Amino acid sequence: MNFIELHDIHKTYSLGEVDLPVLRGISMRVGRGELLALMGSSGSGKSTLMNILGCLDRPTSGRYVLEGREISDLTAKERARLRNHMIGFVFQSFNLLSRMTAFENVLMPLMYCRDRISEREMERRTAELLAKVGLADRMHHRPSQLSGGEQQRVAIARSLVNRPRVLFADEPTGNLDSRTSEEILLLFQQLNEADGITLIIVTHDTGVAQHAQRVVRIKDGMIESDAASLKAGGAL
Amino acid sequence: MKLYFTLKMAFNALRHNVMRATLTTLGIIIGVAAVITMMEIGKGASLAIQRAMASIGANTVVILPGSLNIAGVATGSGSVITLTPQDGEAIQKECSCIDFVAPVVRARVQIVYGNRNWVPTYVYGTTPTFLDIRDWTEMAEGEAFTEHDVLNFSKVCIVGQTVVSELFEGQSPVGRHVRIKNVDFRVIGVLKRKGANLMGLDQDDILLAPWTTIKYRVVATTLSGGNQSSSNASNTAETNQLNMIYPYLQQNLYYVQTPTEQLDASPPIRFPNVDQILTAAHSSDLVAYAIQDVSALLRQRHRLRDADPDDFYVRDMTELTRTMASTSELMTKLLLCVAMISLVVGGIGIMNIMLVSVTERTREIGLRMAVGAEPGDILRQFLAEAVVLCLLGGTIGILIGRTSSHIISMILHWPTAISVEAIIAAVLVSASVGIAFGFYPAYKASRLHPIEALRYE
Repeated sequence: MNFIELHDIHKTYSLGEVDLPVLRGISMRVGRGELLALMGSSGSGKSTLMNILGCLDRPTSGRYVLEGREISDLTAKERARLRNHMIGFVFQSFNLLSRMTAFENVLMPLMYCRDRISEREMERRTAELLAKVGLADRMHHRPSQLSGGEQQRVAIARSLVNRPRVLFADEPTGNLDSRTSEEILLLFQQLNEADGITLIIVTHDTGVAQHAQRVVRIKDGMIESDAASLKAGGAL
Repeated sequence: MKLYFTLKMAFNALRHNVMRATLTTLGIIIGVAAVITMMEIGKGASLAIQRAMASIGANTVVILPGSLNIAGVATGSGSVITLTPQDGEAIQKECSCIDFVAPVVRARVQIVYGNRNWVPTYVYGTTPTFLDIRDWTEMAEGEAFTEHDVLNFSKVCIVGQTVVSELFEGQSPVGRHVRIKNVDFRVIGVLKRKGANLMGLDQDDILLAPWTTIKYRVVATTLSGGNQSSSNASNTAETNQLNMIYPYLQQNLYYVQTPTEQLDASPPIRFPNVDQILTAAHSSDLVAYAIQDVSALLRQRHRLRDADPDDFYVRDMTELTRTMASTSELMTKLLLCVAMISLVVGGIGIMNIMLVSVTERTREIGLRMAVGAEPGDILRQFLAEAVVLCLLGGTIGILIGRTSSHIISMILHWPTAISVEAIIAAVLVSASVGIAFGFYPAYKASRLHPIEALRYE
């Protein structure tokens, strides 16, 4: 069974009287444990597609099945719960809360968790994840006291704290230099291989896409090509 | 999300912007502090007003003898002689809501000092508690007579300022002797000036002496009782025992009724009588109960049957008590208005800053939604912030209010009294202001779309 199934997804934004179609019939499948890169130039609709995949937005038409569950017609509240326990997000601009420490930032999604987790368990998980991304000694630093790469690693730890099945990364290396980008991508690969987390990375950087097993190119709201990455095929 | 986390997050959010939180809640702080201070000063003031009212006699309950009806013609209060000093003692003993009791014997007599004479408006024979009831215990000079003087029929008196100026031409009268109906009285004290009463009568035109002295030495009508043929417990004590003169003689002069006979027989006209009994209730609220108590007790003591009308009148100072009630009511309402205005203003301040805060933290809201916060969670978070802000403001306001009312009472010597109602009301009102004015911004935050919120710059 496919982990993610999209059937003829359309998304149209209406700007006043003009309708602006962004996605025009996208159908694709993603298997469990895949590392997929979603590529396309800006305005191609890749971010919109990611928002729909990440249950942040609803498609105008079409079906979206996540783990065998039809979710295109869920309410805002149901989608929030789904995001909380299935999906992790990593953003280009990290989106850490500046007034909280790294530890508090990572712990934050657990507060919205519906399962009864003790506070001690929350703290244990948080500390464990921060150690995993290599920030055990920076737990109580504020984002402003961390470098870009470190901030992104905090954000990755945050996205993992709820033990999601799938991680969406929107230009995760867009704000980083090439060396730290490499580190982050290696971390992603490691997560994908060791923990079996499905990873979907949105990028326009072919260098990033090279780390993926599969590259889907979007153009004008449609899938232009869908192929196994040349390099990844060999490397992985 | 658990309430614990909601509150924790609210505290964290506020902690990171202490300055703004303080300024935001300043409206509430000042409002609540003002309310508390004013309520406490107001309460102190109304206590002071009550005390002042009490001093002009708002708590006073006067008991007057009844009137006699002869063939349908009423003869006015005092035409029957029904009140005794023992009635007064019984009231003092039995009626718990009455603090002071003073029997009063009135006389209208001429006072002579040297070559001058004067007829005071009031010549009262009473006990020292009279001064407590009239709140007149402070003397301008000398001192008041005592219970002992009452028991001893001492020929001492205290005089008011008008009498001093009329008889003594401003000289100190203490230690001088005046003659009242040819009885020599020593002046032992001078009362403080009190001025005219509500009816326009000069209250300083007064001479007070022990009621026994006035009764037996001045008015001297009925020392040994008018009705010699019968006797009862009250006057046998004074007139029916020869053993005061002949200690070893255990014989009564007159026939003494058994207790059963006493209960059966209607009481004889009793002497010594008093012209009125002045009592003071513990507080003005208790005046109504005091009247009931006193009436019941006197009916019982006078052995009136259920069908008999009272042989006495009980009067309170209705006019004064009503004025007092309306004064304190007015005060409370006034304070309530001020409180409401200041708290509403404070609440608007909170709403304003919460709206700014929601706009400012749009990205944070988007992020929280992305990681799984439901709209309800966001609503609760912002509402909790507003309520915590208001409650903190309320608490600080209460502390400031208490402190400032304390300082005011220390510096200005205004009376203040702690007002628990005001504190409870302040807490409740500040919490509800938080909810009322925090709801709209919180609702606005919860309706944000996660993607738009995340993209917000």
